[in-house]
Amino acid sequence: MIKAILIFNNHGKPRLSKFYEHYNEDTEQQIIRETFHLVSKRDENVCNFLEGGMLIGGSDYKLIYRHYATLYFVFCVDSSESELGILDLIQVFVETLDKCFENVCELDLIFHVDKVHNILAEMVMGGMVLETNMNEIITQVDAQNKMEKSEVIL
Amino acid sequence: MLFATFLQPSFRLNRLLYTPFVYCRRSHNLAKLLYVHMLGYPAHFGQMECVRMIASPRYSEKRVGYLGAMMLLDEKQDASLLITNSIKNDLSNSNQYIQSLALCTLACMGSAEMCRDLAPEIDRLLRASNSYIKKKAALCAVHIVRKVHDLGELFTKAARSLLTEKNHGVVHGAVVLITELCERNSETLERFRKTVPDLVQIMKGLVISGYSPDHDVAGISDPFLQVRILRLLRILGRNNEAASDAMNDLLAQVATNTDSTKTVGNAVLYETVLTVLDIKSESGLRVLAVNILGRFLLNNDRNIRYIAMTSLQKIVGTDHNAVQRHRGTIVDCLKDQDASVKRRALELSLALVSASNIRSMMKELLSFLSSCPPELRSQTASGIFNAAERYAPSQRWHIDTILHVLTTAGGDVRDETVPNLIQLITNTSELHCYTVHKLYRALLSDISQQPLVQVACWCIGEYGDLLLRGECQETEPVQVHRAHDCDPVNPLTAPLSLHNSTPDSRIRSIVSIYGSCIDVELQQRAVEYNALFKKYDHMRAAVLERMPVIEKNSQGHTNGETIKESQTVKVKPGEPQQPANQVCDLLDLLGGSEQPLQPSPALGSAAPPIPVSTPNTVGGDLLDLLGGLEPTPITPVATVTVYEKDGVTVTLGCEKQSDSGLTVTLTASNSTESDIRGFTLQAAVPKSVQLHMKAPSGDSLPARGAAKVTQMVVLNNPNKVNLKMRLRISYTSQGSAVQDTVQIDSFPGLGQ
Repeated sequence: MIKAILIFNNHGKPRLSKFYEHYNEDTEQQIIRETFHLVSKRDENVCNFLEGGMLIGGSDYKLIYRHYATLYFVFCVDSSESELGILDLIQVFVETLDKCFENVCELDLIFHVDKVHNILAEMVMGGMVLETNMNEIITQVDAQNKMEKSEVIL
Repeated sequence: MLFATFLQPSFRLNRLLYTPFVYCRRSHNLAKLLYVHMLGYPAHFGQMECVRMIASPRYSEKRVGYLGAMMLLDEKQDASLLITNSIKNDLSNSNQYIQSLALCTLACMGSAEMCRDLAPEIDRLLRASNSYIKKKAALCAVHIVRKVHDLGELFTKAARSLLTEKNHGVVHGAVVLITELCERNSETLERFRKTVPDLVQIMKGLVISGYSPDHDVAGISDPFLQVRILRLLRILGRNNEAASDAMNDLLAQVATNTDSTKTVGNAVLYETVLTVLDIKSESGLRVLAVNILGRFLLNNDRNIRYIAMTSLQKIVGTDHNAVQRHRGTIVDCLKDQDASVKRRALELSLALVSASNIRSMMKELLSFLSSCPPELRSQTASGIFNAAERYAPSQRWHIDTILHVLTTAGGDVRDETVPNLIQLITNTSELHCYTVHKLYRALLSDISQQPLVQVACWCIGEYGDLLLRGECQETEPVQVHRAHDCDPVNPLTAPLSLHNSTPDSRIRSIVSIYGSCIDVELQQRAVEYNALFKKYDHMRAAVLERMPVIEKNSQGHTNGETIKESQTVKVKPGEPQQPANQVCDLLDLLGGSEQPLQPSPALGSAAPPIPVSTPNTVGGDLLDLLGGLEPTPITPVATVTVYEKDGVTVTLGCEKQSDSGLTVTLTASNSTESDIRGFTLQAAVPKSVQLHMKAPSGDSLPARGAAKVTQMVVLNNPNKVNLKMRLRISYTSQGSAVQDTVQIDSFPGLGQ
């Protein structure tokens, strides 16, 4: 199960935070800070798997992360998920964002947080992987956006 | 979005949300509020707005409302109950996107009550809707099963039929659901074993089929689904011959045909290997699997090496020899720059140490210790100690190794290593001279490591005469001063024992210097030892004799009972551990009177506390005594059965605490064949009586009286009215809820 999905920039500011288990607000912020602390210390060419944080889940969980330009994409998962599979999922997620936002950059994530959440909701639901086919995800997201736009005109 | 102070925008948003405004602004403002929440500022006032927006007919508002609900609401908030009805309505909406919003929110933050209410709806959606909704409903069902285990039965049939769908997303969801159901319940697992042929068929289709543009990722057809199915096959094939046989061919095929040049291929291969190693596969297949892992180990990509070591760790217990073949590569990984890889390599190396390779492995581990990151130090040190203890080829090698560890990473070793080492040293009498020389030289070079200093002081004290025969003692008094600086435990006794064997006036002068030391403990010791010199000179020789050989303590005795330091007059407790303190204090009472001979050999010891063998038995007896004195938990009190129906029995016992106070103990047990869950008791008493119910011991009654549930109720009856109590019993048995009431008019043991 995926416990949390975090995106933050090189300075530790959160750009997306989605928790699939309940924590109170202070704990959530602490988790973000701790994760940033652990991930930012890593070199460029080491492996993408991290253990050692204490706050989520205890000993069973790992951080699987990827660094793209100014953003860190971190998935906190427990042992029931395949590590390499999650790495691929991060790749699919970033490619989908790229397609939806046209050369996505950090500003897009800042100004359209709700859209990013909607895209993520088509991929991961309740901590489990829902859909991994990029075209399918984009089709659904486009249809929903169209619905929303048609309402505004009314 | 720049905020001057965080208070300002929250306040503004708060006002905006509650003013009647143009409708399209509301969703924007809530979205802004969620952004603010992500950055960590309080946003709880938005909860009611979320609830309102979820109920709105407009899609844009619903969308943001549900998003807000997922981020701001959770089971503990009361507002979450308000959205249950909205979710229910939206689940039957004609628009699939509104249905999906409701499903998503339920899967993310649905509480147990919500899940129970909405489970039939989800079941309906699993059977009759389009594939987009089916796959979401499947994952929602997984969440429901996680929250409320009983509802798993509801979804079994639907899950089975979903496997035959064409849409990969739906099949994926179905596989996840079946995996969850099988992990929860072994009966369901048995039932789903029949689906193994279907799963094998699906996998074959994925592996062999040609290029399919829809699901292709770097040349592999839907690797995510392949990985999921492999995992399910692993669960179904575990400990089952028939199922494992059915999968053997498929696994061999996947293992040989999958392209391993890309990460996706490796992901599938890795999952295949894990499955092969977990089920009852034939030996040829196992060898193939371990070879694949070996190939992973040599891969340049650190990720692959990391997961290879993770999986080797899992099988090192069962396929030890196979993993040994790759020992060289694993040991090389110890030198990798990556901390994660190092950690894995360390754990695996420690698991691979055996009698045949101990010397070479130890060399590697010791060099690793000197260069490893600080967080891994203590793990390495204790691993080395364990390995050395089990496989040491000779005593001398053993002592050398431990000394090496102490000099390199002394600060990170555990407390019990010092007494263990001392014990080891005393037991190898032929090496005393060698050991003490080595320790002295180590001390000369580096006096900062506390465990080393402790051991060295003790040895010098005991075997100082051996040391003196070899080297000059000029600098020895200086050592004492420096040792005192870093070691809070008393190193004074060492020179004292030394004095016994080689009288030297310098030692006496040092001891008297410490008579006016600031550290209270040192001062006390110094004064006492001075007294030993002056008044009890005739006893000194006997008192400071060499320690006898310590019997080896078994592991179970290191519970702190007997770790003591000793003095001339009385036996004093050592490390301040809570249970040790109490036992040792009591040992004081017994040790002084019953065993007068104890203190004298024990006095020869110096700084470190040592487990002395004979007080062990004293400690043991004392613990028995303490055990016997414990108050029995169940006081024999008159009990009466107040309720007995359908196999559920509730008995009541009561005890008068004071003139008007009364403690009632209710005990429930279940003699039916099925378990009872959600068992709760509620009590009502006449108005003037005060009632306080304590928390029950549990809420489930296993079948056939395997365990009971007890609950204490404290009553206060100041007006001394006629005491009556009405008890309501509610529980769930075999899926149906039962509720019953019983009136209790007379309480046993009260005399009313």
